[in-house]
Order: sequence, then structure tokens, then C-alpha cells
Amino acid sequence: MRYSIEAAHWWIARALKELTDRAGIRPADIDGLSVSSFTLAPDTAVGLTQHLGLTPRWLDNIPMGGASAVVALRRAARAVEAGDATIVACVGGDANHVDSFRKLLSSFSRFAQDASYPYGYGGPNGSFALLTDHYMRTYGAKREDFGKICVAQRDNALTYPHAIMKKKLTIDDYMTARPIADPIHLFDCVMPCAGAEAFLVTSADVAKDLGLPYATLLSAIERHNAFPDDPIQMRGGWAMDVDELYAMAGSKPSDIDVLETYDDYPVIVMMQFEDLGFCEKGEGPDFVRSHDLTNGGDFPQNTSGGQLSAGQAGAGGGYLGMVEALRQITGQPLSEKVKGAKTALVSGFGMINYDRGLCSGAAILRGGGA
Amino acid sequence: MTEPISRPPKKDPQKVTRPPELPPLERSRASLKLSASAARGVFALQVCEACGTIAYPPRDACPGCLSTGLEFRPADDGGEVIAETVVRTSTDLYFRQRTPWRVGTVRLDCGPSIVAHLHGDVVVPGRVRMVSKLDKSGNAVLMALPTGETENMADDLEFRELTADPKFRRVLVTDGRGVIGQAVASALSKAGASIVFVGIAEPWKPFPGQERLAAIPNVQVMELDLTDTISVNELAGEIGGKTDILVNTADHVRPGGLLASRSLVTARDSFDVNVFGLQRLAQAFGPGMRARGADGTNSAAAFVDVLPVYALANTPDFGFYSASAAARHSLLQCLRAELRPGGVRVMSVFTGPVEDDWRQHVPPPKVLPGKIAEAVVAALRGGIEESFVGDVARDIATRFLDNPKVLERELGL
Repeated sequence: MRYSIEAAHWWIARALKELTDRAGIRPADIDGLSVSSFTLAPDTAVGLTQHLGLTPRWLDNIPMGGASAVVALRRAARAVEAGDATIVACVGGDANHVDSFRKLLSSFSRFAQDASYPYGYGGPNGSFALLTDHYMRTYGAKREDFGKICVAQRDNALTYPHAIMKKKLTIDDYMTARPIADPIHLFDCVMPCAGAEAFLVTSADVAKDLGLPYATLLSAIERHNAFPDDPIQMRGGWAMDVDELYAMAGSKPSDIDVLETYDDYPVIVMMQFEDLGFCEKGEGPDFVRSHDLTNGGDFPQNTSGGQLSAGQAGAGGGYLGMVEALRQITGQPLSEKVKGAKTALVSGFGMINYDRGLCSGAAILRGGGA
Repeated sequence: MTEPISRPPKKDPQKVTRPPELPPLERSRASLKLSASAARGVFALQVCEACGTIAYPPRDACPGCLSTGLEFRPADDGGEVIAETVVRTSTDLYFRQRTPWRVGTVRLDCGPSIVAHLHGDVVVPGRVRMVSKLDKSGNAVLMALPTGETENMADDLEFRELTADPKFRRVLVTDGRGVIGQAVASALSKAGASIVFVGIAEPWKPFPGQERLAAIPNVQVMELDLTDTISVNELAGEIGGKTDILVNTADHVRPGGLLASRSLVTARDSFDVNVFGLQRLAQAFGPGMRARGADGTNSAAAFVDVLPVYALANTPDFGFYSASAAARHSLLQCLRAELRPGGVRVMSVFTGPVEDDWRQHVPPPKVLPGKIAEAVVAALRGGIEESFVGDVARDIATRFLDNPKVLERELGL
């Protein structure tokens, strides 16, 4: 929902209620909780336990924005593996009041306060405009290439009932949209909204006992403040760990049926294609030109429309791709079904602390029946 | 090439004056040290004393070796701009009123990358030189300029926000009887001020330089006696709404320390001009200037005080004079905070002794009035909050920064 008067607690509670109802478990069965939200203040995950009447024996608070879901999954899986928790509910959600985006920006980070907001106060638009400008200069990407990503994601979103954007986007609409921070134009920017997304992490045995469709986590990576000496962000932390990601999963890029990238701006989608091994660095524009990124295409990507079309519910935006991937590979998609979708790669990216995103992560999952 | 700004039209009294919004105010303490360098016009960055790493943004520990020994030192200002954007929409009210706003990423030759304001004449990608300036909120910001001078460079709108350039502004110089006031009036006229009001107390009394002063282009002589509250208020009533820059050059100098006879009378006279004169000016002109801090090309921009460097430490041969200067310095700090909500800068121009009747026994070097005038114009054009004119003032400032207690002892010899 674009704006809502409800608080983050309300959205998180709604997501957890849906989650437990659909799974056929009681809230008390949740013995692990992982929370990501920008707008819980003055609460953290701790206050939320009492607020929601939960008594977990394992609790995590992950302030990593768009990397939250991947990191939450990675840690929750370890907790289940180690026996610290049996059923972990991972949830990301945020409020969006009329003035909350401006307020969130003003207290986001110390470096942003000191060294990026006083420069035009473009917020993430300004930061990504600089990265996009540099990427275009260096690798010859054109606005049309970014436009193709946005248009394909909008097509995907039109099949997803929860998407905030309901109107078809043409490449012409994209090209003629008003400039926000050159070269970023209107349809390069996510729409902040209110909402929450959640999933459960447990062992395969418990999932089978409960009769739930499930996916298996094959591998997961995370990295923070990668490549600090790059003068401007040209790659994310994935590039440091991608070999381990595929080796741990015993798979390769061509095995991936569904890709969910973090997409607050299309340039970072293109960087993920490169850094996650789908093409070489600098080949992102060509890769986009030669692939169909829709759910019915040869490279289904951000199959529920991504945040660009489904909306960015704060830290919940970081959960969007994870939840969508789980739906696709467990045979319960709300968006158009990707044919034969068994293996998914979900990627997360977050937190422009000063001039670049610091957190990155990725996970490979396989549908339970596979 | 920068489009030159044009002479602003006469103000339409029916139009609402744009309220002076400020860019973001909050800064970490480490970042305030960047502002302290910028206040003196110095481009300085944190250098790690342990491993030599140069760090930006300002922080508490070195990203190279985790040492907490980071000190701000003047840094190499060369770099290359590698990316740019033009912000066209912002949630911040200050920038919202001023878009489009050009910003770039600069890779400094000395290491770090900096997100900086980008002068309109900078070509991307290309070489730049960095400057550190105070923005309207009084905090340091870094701006990338072309490596050389370009035409109308100071007229760049982003750059002009960081300065108080006299071009097309209306100035009041408070004391035209003194040689300093006369030199300042002349320099500001040359610097493009559209009007230079010059205050003269008891105008029926002739004074040296009178004709030369009246002949300076754009000068208008006004009656002004800083020791008379009514006189100051009357002038503010007349020109307060169009005073964009105020330069106080009044200075009452008498030798003698605390134990000299008649020191009470001298003290009262010194304080009446140097301290209460400043007070009267601030109270009469300050509120109006503060309300007009964003009023277009000729917005209110700066309140400048020319004061003796002995504001920082007492020189006992001019004991009371030094005390009045210290009071003046303290009140300027107060005024700086009070005018900040309007984006109006308070600039202190500290001088060493000038050549005059009361300082015949003071040994050289002395400061020429022309040098003080140059410093006032340079402070306005550079947006410099504290400047020091002449060898003596710079020497005292250096010693003060090094150790104020040692300086006290040195001056007391």
C-alpha cells in the first residue's frame, strides 16, 4: 500500500498471522524470530516479542535493508541446523506514512548525514544516479537498456495481484518520464510503500510433518563493505563470494530457473547479472539486450515485478524476491508461473551508508520436490 | 562558461520574501572539525598519524589500521571527477527551492572518493580542484572547481550559495571617518557592490579623505554614530531592508592597562564603540538581515567585523582595548549562532596593529588599510568565517592555536 496510517508493528503482525494460519501452526510454535524493519523505533525485535506475545528462544534483528531476507535465511538456517530453534519466522516490514520517507532519510547513517545529504539531498536517487552515470560512461549502457529491465518487470508485475503498479509501462513511457537525478528518471526509482513479507525456516522433516510445500537452501553468502578501494561502486560483494555460492550449491548459473535480484534501481540489477556470473563484468547491457526477462521469457527475472513495480515496503522490499522465489519453486506462485521452475537464486543488496551499498548476499534454493 | 548573474530588479513589495531554509544542520563531532578548517578557508582532511591513510567522510578511527589517531591536516586538493548527476527533486526544503543541483563523485589524488558539489564549469570526466566551504547551515561542504579560473566563475549559483560575494549586493560600512572604513568602501565598490552606504558620525565635522570617499562610485554617505542608539536605529529604519552586507570597521583604540590612571573613562569609551556599538548594529540590522537570507541575487549575506587580533589574548600595553576586543569576539560567536537560521554569515577579520596616532610606539610590522580591505573582500568572496590580516595577526593566531596559555605569557613580557 502506498501510504498507510498503520505502524510497522501492525504490518509485521499481519504477515505473521497469515504465515502461521496458512502453515497451520500456532504463534507459540514459532521459537525463532528474525525481524528487519526501519520504522519499529523506539522498538527493536526485542520489544516486538512482547508486543506480539511471542516467546522465541532465538531472536535476530537484521538492519540490512535490501539484504535482510537473504541474511535472515542464512542465519535462521544455521540456527535450525544447530538446534537452537525449530521453526523460525523471518519477517521484514515497514510503515509508510506521508512524511516518513523524508524522516527516514534524515537519520539513516552518520556518513550519509555528514557527507551525502548536504549535497543536494537526493537520497538514494542521488547516490544511484552517480553509480548509474559512471556505469554508463564505463560500459556503454544506454537508458534503453535499463528501460528494458523496468518494462519487463512491469509486465511481470501485471500478473502479480499485490503489485502496487497496475498499469502497463512502455519503453516510450520510460524514456519520456521526468528526470529525477540525471540519468535517473521516474521509472528507474522504486515506489516506497507500506507492507510486510515473511517466510518460515525449519527442517525438511518438520515441513513434511506439517504437510507444507518447502524449498531447500543449497547455499548462501553475505558480504559487507566489499571492495572499499573501488573509487565508485562498480560491483557488489557478490563478486567476492560468487564461486563459493555455486560450489556450495553444486550448481552453475545455467542451472538457475528463476532469478530474483535486488532492484531499487535497474543499474544494480545489471551489476547483479555480472557479479552473479550470468555474464562478464561490463557485458550487462548486452546480456539485457539479448534476453527476455519476463516470466515467460528465456531469463525470468524479478517475476513478481520486483520493487520497481511491486513497491518497496522498506525492509519488506528486501523480502519481496525471496518470498516470490519460494512461491515459484514450491508451486504456489501468485504471479504468472515460470515453467519448470525448480532452482532459484535470490540476491539481496542494501544500505547506502555513504556513496555505495554496503550489504550484499545471495542464496540458491531448490523446490522441495526436486 | 558560467552564465553571469544579472543585476536584480527592484524588489516588489507585494511579493513574499523567500523564507531562508537551511541545508541539513546535523553533523557528527568529527565532521565539525572539517567545518573548523573550512571556516578558515583551508581544505583539510583526516590523516592517520599511525599509517598515513587519508580518510573521508570524517570518522573516529582509521579504516587502514583502526588507530584513533586521526588529525585534520591540509590536503592535496587535486582530483578527478568520475561521475555526475543533476538532482532535480529533493525532499529537503533548501535544495527543493534550488534545484537543479549538480553533484559529482571525485576521486582525490590522495586517496578517498568524495561526493561533492560540482561547479557548472567542471567537465566530466576531468580534473578538478577541491575547496572546503561553509554552506548556509555553517557546516563544511566540499566543492569541485575547474582547475583554472573560468569566466564569471564566482557567479555559479551553487558556488554563490557558499560565499557572500559583494557583486550586486548593497553594503553598509560603518565608519567612513577612519582610513580602514575608507579603504573597505573603495574595495567593495570595485568588487561590484551595487551601493556602498558609508556611515559618518557628526557629518558636519570635516575629516581627512572626505572628498576621496565621496568620489568613490556607488558610495552614499549616511549619518551614523555607533555610540547613539537612536542614530543606529534611524539608519536601520532607512536602509535596513536593503543592507545585504554589513562591515563594521569602527574601532576605538587607547593604550594602557588596568592600572593606568583614568582607565575607567577609557574603558567606558572603548566599550561604547567596540562592544556596545556592535551590539547596537546587531540589534538594529540583524533581525532584518536574518529574514532576508534567501532573497535572491541580493539576499542578505554577511555581517563582517574588523577587530584586533588581541581579541584572542590580551596585550597588556593595550589592556582595556584588548578586553573590548575579546568581548567583541565573544559577541560575534553569539551573533553567528543567532544569524545562522537566516543563512547569514558572521565573519571576523582579525587584524594586527595599523599605523595611527595611538600606536606610534608600537614596532612594525603594521598593517596597511588596503590590506584589511583586501581581506574583507576576500572573506566575502571566499565565504571565510575567520581571517587574519598581516604578519602580526597571523603570528598571534598561530601561537593561539598552538597553546593559548603560552601566548598569554609571551604577550605579557
